[in-house]
Amino acid sequence: MIRLEKRPSPSKAWTYATPLLAVLLTMIAGGILFAILGKDPFESIRTIFWDPLFNAQFASYSRPQLLVKAGPLILIAIGLSLGFRAGIWNIGAEGQYIIGAICGAALGLALYPTESRLIFPAMVLAGALGGWAWAMIPAILKTHFRTNEILVSLLLVYVAEQLLASMALGLLRNPEGGGFPGSRNFRDYPAAANPELFEGTGMHWGVVAALIAVIFAYVLLSRHMLGFQIRVTGQSPRAARFSGVSPTRLILVCMGISGALAGMAGLFEVTGPAGQISIDFNVGYGFTAIIVAFLGRLHPIGILLAGLLMALTYIGGELAQLMLGLPAAAIQLFQGMLLFFLLAVDVLTNFRIRLAKREAA
Amino acid sequence: MTTGTDHHLIEIDGLTKAYPGVVANDDVSFRIKPGEVHALLGENGAGKSTLVKMIYGLVKPDSGTMRLNGAPFAPAEPRAARASGVAMVFQHFSLFEALTVAENVALGMEDPPGQRELAHRIREVSETYGLPLDPDRLVGDLSAGERQRVEIIRCLLQDPRLLIMDEPTSVLTPQEVDILFETLRKLSSEGTAILYISHKLEEIRALCDSATILRLGKVVGECTPREVSARDMAEMMVGTTLHVPTREAGKGGEVLLKVSGLSVASTTPFGTTLKNVHFEVRAGEVLGIGGVAGNGQDELLAALSGETLAPPDAVSLRGRPIGQLGPNARRRIGVLAAPEERLGHAAAPDMSLTENALLTGVIREELATGGFVNWPKTRSFAERIIAAFDVRTPGPDNAARALSGGNLQKFVIGREILQKPDVLVVNQPTWGVDASAAAAIRQALLDLAAEGAAIVVISQDLDELMEISDRFAALNEGRLTAPRPAKGLTVDEIGLMMGGAHDMEAAHA
Repeated sequence: MIRLEKRPSPSKAWTYATPLLAVLLTMIAGGILFAILGKDPFESIRTIFWDPLFNAQFASYSRPQLLVKAGPLILIAIGLSLGFRAGIWNIGAEGQYIIGAICGAALGLALYPTESRLIFPAMVLAGALGGWAWAMIPAILKTHFRTNEILVSLLLVYVAEQLLASMALGLLRNPEGGGFPGSRNFRDYPAAANPELFEGTGMHWGVVAALIAVIFAYVLLSRHMLGFQIRVTGQSPRAARFSGVSPTRLILVCMGISGALAGMAGLFEVTGPAGQISIDFNVGYGFTAIIVAFLGRLHPIGILLAGLLMALTYIGGELAQLMLGLPAAAIQLFQGMLLFFLLAVDVLTNFRIRLAKREAA
Repeated sequence: MTTGTDHHLIEIDGLTKAYPGVVANDDVSFRIKPGEVHALLGENGAGKSTLVKMIYGLVKPDSGTMRLNGAPFAPAEPRAARASGVAMVFQHFSLFEALTVAENVALGMEDPPGQRELAHRIREVSETYGLPLDPDRLVGDLSAGERQRVEIIRCLLQDPRLLIMDEPTSVLTPQEVDILFETLRKLSSEGTAILYISHKLEEIRALCDSATILRLGKVVGECTPREVSARDMAEMMVGTTLHVPTREAGKGGEVLLKVSGLSVASTTPFGTTLKNVHFEVRAGEVLGIGGVAGNGQDELLAALSGETLAPPDAVSLRGRPIGQLGPNARRRIGVLAAPEERLGHAAAPDMSLTENALLTGVIREELATGGFVNWPKTRSFAERIIAAFDVRTPGPDNAARALSGGNLQKFVIGREILQKPDVLVVNQPTWGVDASAAAAIRQALLDLAAEGAAIVVISQDLDELMEISDRFAALNEGRLTAPRPAKGLTVDEIGLMMGGAHDMEAAHA
């Protein structure tokens, strides 16, 4: 009979070990899944985790992709982690990401073909504002009408997707695009583009912003009163109130930061790797970032590493589709399993397992 | 009361139970005769709860034996213990507020009879034992004392031979305590043995035939409570001579805190609304506020700490309206508070003591500059609290929840006192705290008053209030009686104040 016994204090060792254990379990379960699909499990795992970085044939293409994919994931996850730490559940980063992209891109497109150094920074700002504003909807509904931010922020993702479609087909459509959906390509408009900064690295301004966000969040959480208030609120809301934290203010701040960062991520994506506003330029970074945030223990450094890992599964997944003919859904399943196993083994942080004879409860 | 024979109802021999890092019970032995009222005395953490949980089948001993009526007794679960005639009334009730008394009783029975039959039996038992209770009333409408009766009657319906009561009087008014004692004496005279857990020594002297005293998991003494003084028992319990606080009457300071016409609607469905509360506290004075739990204590603390806001004029400091100020604004001008619930309200359980020092100390101790926390300074503030208030912990990096209740309470109270408040409001400052820590906390409050602070102590421990208060008032359903000088109040008068006889103050005002 297995019993769970609550630890007197959370285990430090397990806090760091559970993400690794979760990755390992995901590989095993994923391997079994791939075997059932009739693929060689070892080859599949190798294709996903090893080939993108070290296979001579693919690495030159896929290594830069690591930063391209990790950048937005980390940037969004950092924002989400602040709210998650305080028990504020913004699930709608995908929507804020889309709206940020639309707002920032719209500003740039409106100024076309003006050339100025200020255009791109202004677009970043507009992207952040767009994401922030979209996040303020669930935030204000929560603080004023006690609605559930999980539900509202999630549903607004679908509103944002409809808006994106209408923009790509209507207002923002490239007037010289011959009627095809999608905006002008920013590659043709250098003042508003987000190019690769160093050839062959995948580094663009969004990656820089993500790294800055990691440092910012680290300092905020460990040194600043706001970070302290966020942590107290998450652990013990009544104690936070007693210490003078205003829950309303904290909800607005956390939702605002996560929305702004997601919006910025959207703008960087649409002006860089995606290149243009199109119906489906978003590939679910906003949702995957939730996994990244938890996999990284809601800790900035952890999120940095988790973001790179998730980026690897994206690239490796594409490679596995290409090379082994694995279905795209299998990769998404793989990513979902990672979160599932992480949450499951997390119990070890707070409990220890005792093998004992049955005892009356 | 005792049968006088050598027959024992329950014999406990060498019970030992160890948890990781602590031996909760170490070779504990004692015996109880049928009809005996046996007290189990000890500080917090002495092992009383573990011991009774073993008897009630909630915890399995590592070694040692129990015999009930001469037969081996090793209940695997509470159901087995109940079947053998052992019943227990817990300190915290497990009742559903939305159900009636009879329905609640039925839920706790193995094989409940029909509602009509059950209601009949509840009436019968309640009349027999002098515990007035209507089986058709909703538990949500009952007072704490009446709720306890539901639990007791639930036990009595099963004809227990041993009734275990865990701190039963902590929620009762003096009058309700008298009724309970009558019931227990009647049960005892009919041959039911009672194992009575308490730290209220005068009660034990009034009620119990014999007492077993535990300290750090071991039996350190047995006595006949009627033949020894409360002080002797307390000293056996703590193993040192008790430090009784001494009070220098500091009178006639200026009025620091004034509350007038404070009415606050409750924010939670089960809370109490404060109704037109008036009082003032002068510098150097301790105002004790008594009353049965749930009559507005938490709400009053929240209104004074700034967690709930009030109209500006309802609360004032030195004549300046502060009712609209939040907790930090009040801290800035010297109004501090320590709520009742240590874990989760006064302190964040999973955070270190250093972080918990920051929680309320950041403003007055200037622990942050420009929003950035000065951790070395915060840590040294935590160390100062630990040193000044004898908090037993390996260091300020330990999580708050790793501390025992008494030690954490010393930390919480110490944290506020070291910030040199002008007004300090505390709720249940010594609840669940052992005798020596409680004495230290009370002394610290008195010292603070002697330095010229105005102190409001909200507590359910009347002995404590009588010991440290200059004036006394009671909360009843959100109303506060007019404060009266504590000296010379009789237990009956206090009971009436707590029971809500508001008209009698007029004569004394």
